[in-house]
Amino acid sequence: MVEFFNNYGSQMMRLIWEHLYISMVALGLGVVVAVPLGILLTRTEKLATGFIGVASILQTIPSLALLALMIPIFGIGRFPAIIALFIYSLLPILRNTYTGMRKVNPDLVDAARGMGMTEFQLIKKVELPQAAPVIMAGIRLSGTYVIAWAALASYIGAGGLGDFIFNGLNLYIPELIIGGTIPVTILALLVDFVLGQVEKKVTPRNQITE
Amino acid sequence: MIEFKNVSKVYEDGTKAVDDISLTINEGEFVVLIGTSGSGKTTTMRMINRMIDSTSGEISIDGTNIKDENAVELRRRIGYVIQQTGLMPHMTVYENIVMVPKLLKWEKEKMRETAERLLDRVDMGTEFLDRYPQELSGGQQQRIGVIRALAANQDIILMDEPFGALDPITRDALQELVKHLQEEMGRTVVFVTHDMDEALKLADKIAIMSEGKIIQYDTPDNILANPANEFVESFLGEDRLQQRSTMQTVDQVMVKKPITVTQDTTLGDAIRVMRDNRVDTLFVTDSDYVLQGVVDFEAINKNRQKAMTVQEIMKYVYYVKSGTLLSSVADKMLKRGYKNIPVVNEDGILEGLVTRASLVDIVYDTIWGDDEEVESIPLEKTELKETE
Ligand SMILES: Nc1ncnc2c1ncn2[C@@H]1O[C@H](COP(=O)(O)OP(=O)(O)OP(=O)(O)O)[C@@H](O)[C@H]1O
Ligand SMILES: [Mg+2]
Repeated sequence: MVEFFNNYGSQMMRLIWEHLYISMVALGLGVVVAVPLGILLTRTEKLATGFIGVASILQTIPSLALLALMIPIFGIGRFPAIIALFIYSLLPILRNTYTGMRKVNPDLVDAARGMGMTEFQLIKKVELPQAAPVIMAGIRLSGTYVIAWAALASYIGAGGLGDFIFNGLNLYIPELIIGGTIPVTILALLVDFVLGQVEKKVTPRNQITE
Repeated sequence: MIEFKNVSKVYEDGTKAVDDISLTINEGEFVVLIGTSGSGKTTTMRMINRMIDSTSGEISIDGTNIKDENAVELRRRIGYVIQQTGLMPHMTVYENIVMVPKLLKWEKEKMRETAERLLDRVDMGTEFLDRYPQELSGGQQQRIGVIRALAANQDIILMDEPFGALDPITRDALQELVKHLQEEMGRTVVFVTHDMDEALKLADKIAIMSEGKIIQYDTPDNILANPANEFVESFLGEDRLQQRSTMQTVDQVMVKKPITVTQDTTLGDAIRVMRDNRVDTLFVTDSDYVLQGVVDFEAINKNRQKAMTVQEIMKYVYYVKSGTLLSSVADKMLKRGYKNIPVVNEDGILEGLVTRASLVDIVYDTIWGDDEEVESIPLEKTELKETE
């Protein structure tokens, strides 16, 4: 154990950092794209089913295959890995944003509109606060997915804790495999916990939840 | 003034919800839309703040076609209360009350002051300001719903079955409150209900709707007196119609020929008339006996240096038309403390005066008057008396 840390400790810190970096950038992009898109879809019912269908199909592409697909388009390295993870993060956020917004009590929307809120004010002051917990749950789900899948990113030369795991597998060094897997698991739990706290925070006090 | 001119609404699926209605709602009037389910009440009401756009015809407010107005700005000028209260669960009572003032970017102090004042008007203390709607009872929630619609001084308030979900006692209290606020603040109210008692209690005018059309639009008294057709009759119900025929009108109890003076009477002469007739108030009419106002002894005394004629100091007076049901007048006298209420005919000519004393006579007759005869009159008759 001590020996492992002596040999690989600094490398591990670097890989954890890389891993987090790739995942969080992908997740951040996912949020920036999927939340507004999800809101937009609630305003254009016809597009909504199509979009969510497409996102669901993307989700079913095996992760390794999607990563491999990135190579001819974007080459190898971090960038294509981030793109692939970003695509994966989209669906849960998109779907939750859409359903969360749709589930807002129609009486509230009616009252707000009837009192003279613009569409933007309605979204910002009523629908988003009401849908926030559901949206956050989607982000949280994507967050843990992305951390797990980011381990595969090493496959196309993006680095991260996947380096340990793949090296361990190739050269048969069990310590490396474990030294990669455990931090990935801890990271996933950590991200889940942190985003869970955020979810709690954005849940409006006294919101009627069923 | 809100004016509907040949307004129709056909929904996309072909439902003709509102069918060529024309309707004028005057400023300060409390108009109740009533009808069976699906008769188009909500649709009619929601066309006023453009929550629904009409498919043909024209709706105007104070002469301006509402389609020429920005819908968002229009809605901010019109209070809106729905049955489910529509209070925002993630906002405090305070934030809920000042929603529209906030949209209008009022100053903080003004919003605070408004919220506190309105809360006080509905007998709720400032401790409620920081609560959340879920921490209030249903009746309290709807109180907030009502004052929220008044907070930005909206002249027009739309209410869609606001009290439908409340228990009878709470509903009664809120009806009283809304009617009082409306009269006091002079707001125009369009109120949707399918409860005839509620309509009769609140309305200055009732519009009875069926299948998207307005069947009759008149004052409660006139509708009771002359139902337009069988539909209206059945809607009113046998009970109410029968009750009506046994009910007394103001004409039966009013004092005829109350003491009056004309507008150009000097204060000195007015005092003399008071002394000669041993009264402390005089009704002021023009030379055709059309009621203009009222002067009382105090006003004359206070102004005897400044004013020459009663016209200069007379005050507006609350009056009723002849034919008005005594019960509604009695209600006003008792609840609002009028000493007496003048009765005028169609042309505004003063006919008589209902005084508190005449109410006492009635009450005396109903409760004590028949005592000795109880044995001798038929049972039905006593029953009728009781329902009064
Ligand atoms: N969005 C809509 N699309 C199609 N038809 C509608 C729509 N809204 C209402 N309608 C129909 O229009 C008619 C009038 O509806 P409206 O809501 O105005 O009735 P209402 O008098 O308020 O009834 P209730 O007392 O049940 O509230 C009904 O037949 C209803 O089914
Ligand atoms: Mg309705």
